[in-house]
Amino acid sequence: MGEARGAVVVIGASAGGLRALSAVLAALPADYVRPVVVVLHVAENGGGLLPELWSGALAVRVKEAVDKEPLLPGSVYLAPPGYHLLVEEDRSISLSVDPPVRFSRPSIDVLFQSAAAACGADCIGIVLTGANEDGSAGLRSIREEGGTAIVQDPRTAEYKRMPQSALEAAGADFVLAPEKIGDWLRRNS
Amino acid sequence: MTDKLTEKLTDKLTEKLEAELLLEALYRKYGCDFRQYAQSSLMRRLNNVRLQAGAKSLSELIPLVLHDQAFANGMVQDILVTVTEMFRDPPFFAELRTKIVPILKTYPFVKIWLAGCATGEEAYSMAIVLQEEGFYDRVQIYATDMNERSLEIAGEGIYPAESLRSYTANYHASGGRSSFSDYYVANYRMAKFRDELKRNIVFSNYNLVTDHPFGEMHLIVCRNVLIYFNRELQAQVLGLFDASLVHRGLLCLGSKETLDFTPYASKYETLSPKWKIYRQRTQ
Repeated sequence: MGEARGAVVVIGASAGGLRALSAVLAALPADYVRPVVVVLHVAENGGGLLPELWSGALAVRVKEAVDKEPLLPGSVYLAPPGYHLLVEEDRSISLSVDPPVRFSRPSIDVLFQSAAAACGADCIGIVLTGANEDGSAGLRSIREEGGTAIVQDPRTAEYKRMPQSALEAAGADFVLAPEKIGDWLRRNS
Repeated sequence: MTDKLTEKLTDKLTEKLEAELLLEALYRKYGCDFRQYAQSSLMRRLNNVRLQAGAKSLSELIPLVLHDQAFANGMVQDILVTVTEMFRDPPFFAELRTKIVPILKTYPFVKIWLAGCATGEEAYSMAIVLQEEGFYDRVQIYATDMNERSLEIAGEGIYPAESLRSYTANYHASGGRSSFSDYYVANYRMAKFRDELKRNIVFSNYNLVTDHPFGEMHLIVCRNVLIYFNRELQAQVLGLFDASLVHRGLLCLGSKETLDFTPYASKYETLSPKWKIYRQRTQ
């Protein structure tokens, strides 16, 4: 396997995702040891402001991902609107403008499947609130590769369909409220 | 559990080897070189081809590539599939008008290279900007792509009418000064862009991976192409661009691409940090 590398955290969220995601990320300290990569569905020309919105409010550094950027611990990378975001084996980011997958670009499945292939068991996949089924197939890939799956407890989700669908398709190692997901990440690092 | 993970790891190494052999077959037989493409996107595309062909593993595609030219052609098309639009990223074209055009106007004659022009939408967008800025007749645009089928569409300049609404919005958001409908004729299904727009555009086949520098360009625009290449190939192609530019030439990348992680970072100054417009520094 070469040198030991820590796990990468990948998170997918859609409708209602801003609040849930903020709750997860708020639990992470500035010296958090893992990189966190996020697909949040937003309108194609919106969303670019999110990193600024969060700056100051969170301990971890949030930025919009750039192609070929290396993944650093304690940094949160957001997929830019209109691009798929993929993780490479050397722990860097690739973007693509391939057609939308299930009407989404960025697609959670594309991120999760690339992370499963690139990181194998060293991957923690998290599905939060949303009104579609993006992320289900990707979470299944992560589990098949031996990675960890966490799904937001549908009872705590503004939109239940996405977490419910992920649970049906992939199951999960943990089903938790967003704040608890953040706590889990902090404790298991 | 550990045995299962070891098995997974072996499967993954095998799949990687299969992908390498398949790409080698495509390259050795047809000269199409995808061997240095960024792994994640490429594997996605290869696995899509595999699923469509009903194959269980990538190595099952190798005999098809070697013995069935139609299959190989289809596969290359699938790997090269591109989606683009007119005036994609309107603020980029606004920057083009306000920051780049004034620099270009200082030259008596200007050569522009659109590398990876796909089906031509960006070339027509560029021609419209230059025409409105009143100096299109001092410009030659070289629009290149390695996909012959895309180039045919580009040369025709005919696009689905359903895209017109978003193209028109993009055009106005980019600072367009006319009525966008002046630039095309449309029926309910298709829109054909006016031939006079392409009077200074040459569409031609060019392979960024294998072809040679292509000289004395004042501006090279290559947006969302290098994202498909791995770091080594990206650096190689940036070297090709660097060698193809005039002294102090301009280079535009996609807005989510950067020179930062490349060997060329210090050779260029940044004219537009957000829209990734660079200019060669004085040596």
